[in-house]
Amino acid sequence: MSITYLEAIREAQAKALADDPRVFIYGQDVGAFGGAFKATKNLAQQFPGRVIDSPISEDAMVGAAIGAAIEGMRPIIEMQFADFSTPGFNQIINHAATLYWRTQTPCPITIRLPSGGTSGSGPFHSQSMEAIYAHYPGVIVMTPATVEDAYSMLLEAVAIDDPVIFCEHKYLYYHLKADKLPTEAMPVGKARIARAGRDLTIVAYSAMLHEALAVAEELATEGTEIEVVDLRTIKPLDTDTVMASVARTGRLLCVGEAWPWGGVTAEVIARVATEGFGLLDAPPQRLNAKDTPIPYHPNLWSTHRPTARSIATAARNLLRS
Amino acid sequence: MLQAVESRESVGSTLRDDYLKAYRFMVLSRILDEKLASLYRGGKIHGGVFLGKGQEALSVALGLALQKGDVYAPLIRDGAGRLAFGEPIIDALRTYLGSALGPMRGRDGNVHRGRPREGYLAMISHLGAMISVVNGTLMAKRFKKITGVVGAAVIGEGGTSTGAFHEAVNQAAVEKLPLVLVIANNQYAYSTPSSRQFACSNLTNKAVGYGITAHHVDGTDLLACLNTLSAAVKQAREGGGPQMVVAKLLRLCGHGEHDDAHYIDPRLKNSPIGRDCIKVAEDYLLQQTWADEGAIQQIRQDAAQKIDDALTIVQREPTPDPFRENWCALASRHLSDSFEGPGNNVQ
Ligand SMILES: Cc1ncc(C[n+]2csc(CCOP(=O)(O)OP(=O)(O)O)c2C)c(N)n1
Repeated sequence: MSITYLEAIREAQAKALADDPRVFIYGQDVGAFGGAFKATKNLAQQFPGRVIDSPISEDAMVGAAIGAAIEGMRPIIEMQFADFSTPGFNQIINHAATLYWRTQTPCPITIRLPSGGTSGSGPFHSQSMEAIYAHYPGVIVMTPATVEDAYSMLLEAVAIDDPVIFCEHKYLYYHLKADKLPTEAMPVGKARIARAGRDLTIVAYSAMLHEALAVAEELATEGTEIEVVDLRTIKPLDTDTVMASVARTGRLLCVGEAWPWGGVTAEVIARVATEGFGLLDAPPQRLNAKDTPIPYHPNLWSTHRPTARSIATAARNLLRS
Repeated sequence: MLQAVESRESVGSTLRDDYLKAYRFMVLSRILDEKLASLYRGGKIHGGVFLGKGQEALSVALGLALQKGDVYAPLIRDGAGRLAFGEPIIDALRTYLGSALGPMRGRDGNVHRGRPREGYLAMISHLGAMISVVNGTLMAKRFKKITGVVGAAVIGEGGTSTGAFHEAVNQAAVEKLPLVLVIANNQYAYSTPSSRQFACSNLTNKAVGYGITAHHVDGTDLLACLNTLSAAVKQAREGGGPQMVVAKLLRLCGHGEHDDAHYIDPRLKNSPIGRDCIKVAEDYLLQQTWADEGAIQQIRQDAAQKIDDALTIVQREPTPDPFRENWCALASRHLSDSFEGPGNNVQ
């Protein structure tokens, strides 16, 4: 048997619904239709009345989730694409994210963002919005890169007493497969050494993890040992694991599919530079998407975002410096 | 904790009792507003002060129509409704004066206060945002098979122009929720007159588009407000779906106490909607001989006394201590990010 990243997300939701009567799913086309990506396939049939089609109203979807959470429920909101979370942004960052701090009322909502680029998706169906959400206090931002993490972290997200932005990568939906669902998981907020090495640390998350692992594989044939860190959650950011890796390798390359201004790569480098400057043998580097909207055509798109090729070039340059 | 206030429906009281009870809350709210304004002028309040002058009749009528178990999302001008819903006077004073013991503990101020777990939502500033949250509480109650409850949200005519308003009213209609949505059309949104806010002849027209029931009421007339709001709440409670109540009135104060409201058209002030609802109520009390001048005077004195008593307590209370603040925005404290780099640790 093999299970995809997308099926893991569906299975996690099925388990959450089965285990906890407080859980319900609310989003566009999530009911009988099973969601735009089929992440809620058959769940409406399996859990009648608990998987609810919403109008195209992202603000009201999140608002309703907040109200339900105040009443003790644990809603999961599916945004059809991460890009369409912008009309719900206000409720997420100004309401859900401030509720506990202002009123001591926990706001356990999970907002699933089908994120990141796939070929042909263009400017409005490809965005990676994790950094924007992580900028705000009061939220947790998860960016699972593996089938196992997609499953276990989504279950954790539902169990957490705070708003969780769950960035699931659409490119991984069908590409990534595992033999079975995990029975145990690393704690939330802990990064994972996805591959051990001693010459260079590449910090990545979500789909970029797999590009980084491909580069590590490739450079291994040249005698270079790259350590790859999978951040798993970007907020909280596991600085300790990154720092420990940089202490071993002395070199840091941080890769993100999101845009370069600010963001996760900038944050990782800022932390390493301020707290671990002495560990570095060379200036830390980062690689992001180009600073334009995300192009539609595959020729442009594959150059817009970091790929194994561009990461390999950056890694080789950094190893030489 | 919210105080128990018996709602009209539950006690089967006479109209006279209801009217007098509502009038007491209106007076309490007005005197509290005046106290807050004077504290503001005396430099005792950080940030803004937002009053509900002229809107007490509408506000109190909603607060009194609600029962325990209902959900209430008041807005800036709902001092009277908050008191009628059971908010103790001291909550308002503590929040305005930044007492560490208030419900918001200095983390938020003025009208941004509530006790969400008791069904009393704490507004965020962003207009329109509270309505869908009320919807969510009602969806949750439906999941939990709790029936016979309503949720009420209040908004100004300016707030009806937001996308959030539209999304939420439509959502309530689609889900057939027992939502009571009170729109206080006080003619101005800050300085913007209604003519620059919407182009329909009456805001109740909007209800037609959403497929929900609308009610219209003279917001200066307490009797009309009591009747309309209790009817709307009853209809929602009995499964009639979302109810929109549009009240016509005039804001009898600035947007906030920093604002002299010079832009308000004097013709409106002199028109029937410019009447002070408290004066209208007093005239009615006298006319019905439900109270005489002495009784009205006594009500005012009692209200002022209660407010002074609460203020005396609050003024002796500690303000928040930044060194004892935990500076953590998460309920799951163990998941907070750490920014303990050398640069961030300097106090
Ligand atoms: C979304 C949003 N935009 C702007 C503001 C700033 N603002 C606060 S109150 C206000 C006017 C509100 O007018 P209205 O809704 O009619 O209520 P009123 O003050 O008249 O009671 C404005 C523009 C806000 N709070 N929220």
